[in-house]
Amino acid sequence: MFRLANPNRFMQWSGTILPWSAIATVLLLGAGLYLALFVAPPDYQQGESVRIMYVHVPSAYMATTVYGLMAAASAVALIWRHPVADIAAREAAPLGAGFTLLCLVTGSLWGKPMWGTWWVWDARLTSVLVLFFLYLGYIALINAFDEPTRGARAGAILALVGVVNLPIIKFSVDWWNTLHQPASIFRLGGPTIAPSMLWPLAIMALGFTLLFVTLWLMRIRSALMAAKLRALRLQQAA
Amino acid sequence: MPPDQTLRTTGDFTGQGLACRRGERLIFRGLDFGLGPGGALVLIGPNGSGKSSLLRLMAGLTPPEAGSLAWNDSDIRQDPGAHRARLHFIGHSDALKPVLSAGESLAFWARMRGTSAPIEPALARFGLADAAGLPCRYLSAGQKRRLALARLVGTPAELWLLDEPLTSLDSDAAAQLLAAIAEHRAQGGRVVLSTHAPIELSAAPRLSLADFRPTPAELLA
Amino acid sequence: MSAFLTLVARDLRLALRQGGDAAMVIAFFVLSVVLFPFAVGPEPELLQRIAAGIVWVTALLAALLSLERLFQADYEDGSLEALALLPLPLEAQVLAKCLAHWLVTGLPLIIVAPLLALLLQLDPAGYPALIAGMVLGTPILSLIGAIGAALSLGARRGGVLLSLLVLPLYIPVLIFGVAAIEAEIQGFGPRPDLLLLAALLVLAVGLVPFAAAAALRLALE
Repeated sequence: MFRLANPNRFMQWSGTILPWSAIATVLLLGAGLYLALFVAPPDYQQGESVRIMYVHVPSAYMATTVYGLMAAASAVALIWRHPVADIAAREAAPLGAGFTLLCLVTGSLWGKPMWGTWWVWDARLTSVLVLFFLYLGYIALINAFDEPTRGARAGAILALVGVVNLPIIKFSVDWWNTLHQPASIFRLGGPTIAPSMLWPLAIMALGFTLLFVTLWLMRIRSALMAAKLRALRLQQAA
Repeated sequence: MPPDQTLRTTGDFTGQGLACRRGERLIFRGLDFGLGPGGALVLIGPNGSGKSSLLRLMAGLTPPEAGSLAWNDSDIRQDPGAHRARLHFIGHSDALKPVLSAGESLAFWARMRGTSAPIEPALARFGLADAAGLPCRYLSAGQKRRLALARLVGTPAELWLLDEPLTSLDSDAAAQLLAAIAEHRAQGGRVVLSTHAPIELSAAPRLSLADFRPTPAELLA
Repeated sequence: MSAFLTLVARDLRLALRQGGDAAMVIAFFVLSVVLFPFAVGPEPELLQRIAAGIVWVTALLAALLSLERLFQADYEDGSLEALALLPLPLEAQVLAKCLAHWLVTGLPLIIVAPLLALLLQLDPAGYPALIAGMVLGTPILSLIGAIGAALSLGARRGGVLLSLLVLPLYIPVLIFGVAAIEAEIQGFGPRPDLLLLAALLVLAVGLVPFAAAAALRLALE
């Protein structure tokens, strides 16, 4: 019934999972980066700079996946008032924003050798840019209130509104893109992508996922401990 | 009150095991109460003990951290609209717009509750008949308070939840309020109010919020 | 239904008596459009090329200005609390307030937009699509803005926060609104874009009240 009873169970099982997740992250990212940088073949058109794709694509995928997770956690928090779900949503946001920023920066770096400009208004990059602003708005909202629980609840509503809007925004940006037709350099060729490129990509994606899980669990744990600390202080003041 | 606006008084308003959390602080827990037709409850306690919080819980503005509220043995969460329709809640703020007149303000709240009966009798009950045409920004604090309270008699409702209604009222106005409360109770209506000052209300048990303060151990749970 | 209309009427009456809101929004609209010739030069060909975009972006920003006060005044004087306790569901009340907001700020934008497009030498073929797009789009701006306004109630620096929350969500409206004008000028017909706007409007009317009402209840907890 009281708030932190559930979190104790969470602390227990996250404590057992965390070391394994961390080890797996290091292994996967290590293997993925090695494959990406040294083993995978250069692109016949773009040369070595295609290797940025191995960071750019997984981070794009993480950016949207994390937002989806945030929305799911927010839904749980709103419907069942589950205290850990609240915190989970909140702590995922900076990580998602980080992946989004990584995607934007690598996208910019990837474009420079090809087009000589630091930014291309490509459909995907533009969508990710808007996603970045959605993350920033969320983070600003949850920190905008003196009372932390108010911010978390408001953020939950915003996350759900955002997740409904994401497909709409993606569609409208694609629509806009076809009207104005700048060249897209990020075509991966879908199912025709070579297997030698697919493996490093998949491993990097998995590595990124586990990186997120590791960092997420760490952040939730420290948030729970901080909440406990605040309760202790309140108790002392009482 | 006009004869066609009568109260339907059925069953008890009860609360069991209520707990309230504001932000991250547990304010009270394990609170029970029961209110039958014609009943009244006076909430007392120091500032911060949760008098306003309990009233807001009863109104359905805040969901309880634990416990439940029931009207006639059915949980109020099952039909929030019906619960809102049966209560009047007068909080600390007067909910008055400076550019609307006293009469317009009262008429607005009455229309929103679905009655088109004239509001002049309600204004007169609280001595505001002369102020009906005045914009609210010209009313004194006491007049504003009386205007807020006049909503109680503008439309019928079985349950009155009043948060420190006596503040800013002079003795005449306080008497008007107590008379309105007595008439409401005589017709089977119920009242819950919080107060700092002593108040004479017959057959009204006092509920001291301080009795339900959580222990230091519970604060940490 | 009558409670719904009563609320719309009250908000309109408040806007009328307190004045200034619509005028401020229009003044900002006009001023910010006028800035562009100073910024990019007055050559008609260039202005014509970007006219649709300028009018839509500045209309968006002007609409944003008035959103902060959508719920703020009611929240501060206790009216929101009282409104939330009325039998009329809060979702319906959100629609009522958005309707009143659109009548006060959206309609003037629709009327002034073609005049400003004139200043920017918009191709005459684009005017019907501009007006149709504004008619469909400005209600969406009010609705989406209501979510931001409700979420940022009581926040520090609420106005800036509101802009940050709402502007990314406005992007689809902007894209389809401008696309409609461009399509009509180029002879492709604005129907697909206008239909998309209409679809967004229907979606907004259906979903926004729930999100905004949830945010309002949160603010009142």
